Amino acid sequence: MKHGQARFIVGFLAFPLLLYVVFVISPFIQAFHYALTDWTGVSSEFNYVGLQNFQNLMQDPLFLTAIKNNAVLLIGLPLVTIMLALFFAFLLNVGGSAGGAGVQGIRGNGFYKLAFFLPQVLSVPVIAVIWAVIFNPTADGMANSVLGRVGLGSSGWLADPKLALYSVLWVLIWGSVGFYLVLFNAAMTAIPRDIFEAALIDGAGRFTTFFNVTMPLLWDTIQTSWVYLAILALDVYALVAVMTAGPGGPDNSTQVIALQIAQNGFQFGRAGYASAMGVVLFFITLVIALIMLRVTRRERIEY
Amino acid sequence: MHRSTNHSRRIFLKRAGLATMAVTGGSYLAGCASSGGEDGTVESGGAEKSADNPFGVQAADPLSVVIFKGGYGDDYAKFHEGLYTDKFQDAKLSHKGITDIRQQMQPLFNGGTPPDVLDNSGAEKMPISVLADTGQLSDLTSLFEAEAVGQAGTKVKDTLNPAAIDSAEYAGKPLVLNYALQVYGLWYDQALFDKNGWAPAETWEDFLTLCEEIKGTGMAPMAHQGKYPYYIQQVLMDMAVKHGGPEVVYAIDSLEPNAWQNESVKMAAEALLELKAKGYMLDGTEGLDHIQSQTAWNEHKAAFIPCGSWLENEQKSVAPSGFKTTVAPTPLMDGAALPFDCTRVEAAEAFIVPAKATNQAGGLEYLRLMLSKEGAAEFTKLTAAPTIVDGATEGLDLSPGAASAIALIDSGGTSNWNYYYSIWYSPMDPKIQSAMGEVAAGRLTADEFTSRCQKAADETASDSATQKRTRA
Repeated sequence: MKHGQARFIVGFLAFPLLLYVVFVISPFIQAFHYALTDWTGVSSEFNYVGLQNFQNLMQDPLFLTAIKNNAVLLIGLPLVTIMLALFFAFLLNVGGSAGGAGVQGIRGNGFYKLAFFLPQVLSVPVIAVIWAVIFNPTADGMANSVLGRVGLGSSGWLADPKLALYSVLWVLIWGSVGFYLVLFNAAMTAIPRDIFEAALIDGAGRFTTFFNVTMPLLWDTIQTSWVYLAILALDVYALVAVMTAGPGGPDNSTQVIALQIAQNGFQFGRAGYASAMGVVLFFITLVIALIMLRVTRRERIEY
Repeated sequence: MHRSTNHSRRIFLKRAGLATMAVTGGSYLAGCASSGGEDGTVESGGAEKSADNPFGVQAADPLSVVIFKGGYGDDYAKFHEGLYTDKFQDAKLSHKGITDIRQQMQPLFNGGTPPDVLDNSGAEKMPISVLADTGQLSDLTSLFEAEAVGQAGTKVKDTLNPAAIDSAEYAGKPLVLNYALQVYGLWYDQALFDKNGWAPAETWEDFLTLCEEIKGTGMAPMAHQGKYPYYIQQVLMDMAVKHGGPEVVYAIDSLEPNAWQNESVKMAAEALLELKAKGYMLDGTEGLDHIQSQTAWNEHKAAFIPCGSWLENEQKSVAPSGFKTTVAPTPLMDGAALPFDCTRVEAAEAFIVPAKATNQAGGLEYLRLMLSKEGAAEFTKLTAAPTIVDGATEGLDLSPGAASAIALIDSGGTSNWNYYYSIWYSPMDPKIQSAMGEVAAGRLTADEFTSRCQKAADETASDSATQKRTRA
């Protein structure tokens, strides 16, 4: 390393690193600390209770329900979002009629990209409010009147304990597909056209092209997306807090870990207990991210 | 009504207890003029105490006031602050009207620098029972024992509605001043009822007949804010308490075994189930929030809606002209112990003086000025909501909703009741609400409902982290 270069690098890194330590690392450490206490959150006094909070967690039926619901989202959200986003991105890129110009996207793909991306520029509470209105459970609610027109009757949506979680899942998917569509689209554009054309000449249909050419070449992007979506599925606080009955209802059918943390930490004055939940969530997230990255690791294809 | 005399006896005993406490509290005061505050006892402000300045406020000490700027706004507080600065002209007063109480106040409480007066209300309030249990609130005994503003010889506590004294107490000490009175009941449009020749029914039988008649016109007899089962909870609890008497709710609040299994609670649950089964609930109302359901009610899609007395103000911009918001008590089931014209009356809008406030004496004096007839009347004038100060609404020009609510406070008298479990045991509250929502939607039987509530109560009773309380 040349003389002065180290100082140069340190000079650039010091400030962002300091911010990171203050705003990310230190809260984490504090959460681990408070998880071992009975801190109320509204006083400067607390006692150490060892692992009592964690023991209580394991017997807290609401927390276990929350974990179960988060698990449903954890599987449903990445799976459906990535499938839809890949499908749409593929259509936009190579789905067009292969005329003289070889492989191309469908007509008007710029418009579609914009349309799909739109939810991304709306804030989560806005999305939640819009969909809560669409899911209005009376017969003249928007979703219900569409169902009514086609003769399917009406549904309770968010008011129905059997449907509420899936309604939330649907809104999550709707809000995410656009971003991953654009992401996959960008990754697909980076794949040289000749590869698609070569596949075409070899007689590969759209299906074969998708599964044997596009997917493997996009694997890195898909992998990253999976981790991001998994983390999103473990949060969903804002959506659940605004949209669902209670919130977390009806009948705790949309209870999630983040909601439990907020309720215990702020409404019940049990910040220590909420910190313990936060610690558990931290490890769940960490383990899932590691598993995803490891299980899905494949050899990188260079082009 | 032997039960209501019983009830007033309880209140008398409570007041007597308060008086003895005040005496011991007073000697405490003398003992720790400089070091107090740790256990909530209020030290003197340092100036000489007099009838006009009972807490010894130093005229030049600054006072900081934080108000929840919600449905009631914060104009009333500016008026109260005016009363304070008129009296202590050298005092620098800082006013803050905010909605995110917790986010802004929590760090101040943790750091030991809270404001002198805090209106801890709204969705983002801090857990009051936790503040009380951790010794962060000043003892208001000296306030209640002080002379009422402009009423020589009368103590502050004797000018207040019993609900205020009742709701102030935590572990035998008055710590919270709940300023506004909220009246819960079934709300309807008097103009609509007049036009159709309807009147709120006094008995359950008559109520069902009325519902059938209303349903016949194509209107739903009842809507509720199903997304927040808190509202329908009022109806169920009110019918249960009016049937079984206040002992029903005393047992529930005290987490007594089998309190929820009470026959009256079961009957009230069955009454709700009957409304649902007979199609008297607005279609889909289980999933509507307060805005959607109350708007539907304003549009005459439903005749009744359960709510508190803020409803009229909340719907002001939505209600069509000629709409006369009026409250009716819930109907009586067979064998009811309480009269028809009483209801749940709650003292709300929790004003506190933090134990670590720099100007504790000033905080108490501010509350005393709020409790003056002048201060209370201005509150009602600005917010259309009655206060805990008795008779402060006399001579005011009231809207139909406020007038009917105040009439119900008066007609109910000592039969009016309140529950505290939702504030006392905040972790239990969502569990109860969830069960309330399920029974209102017809997804639980009455037995399943009571056993679910009982389970939540038993869990709370056996939870070591919960401070147990009892109704006196």
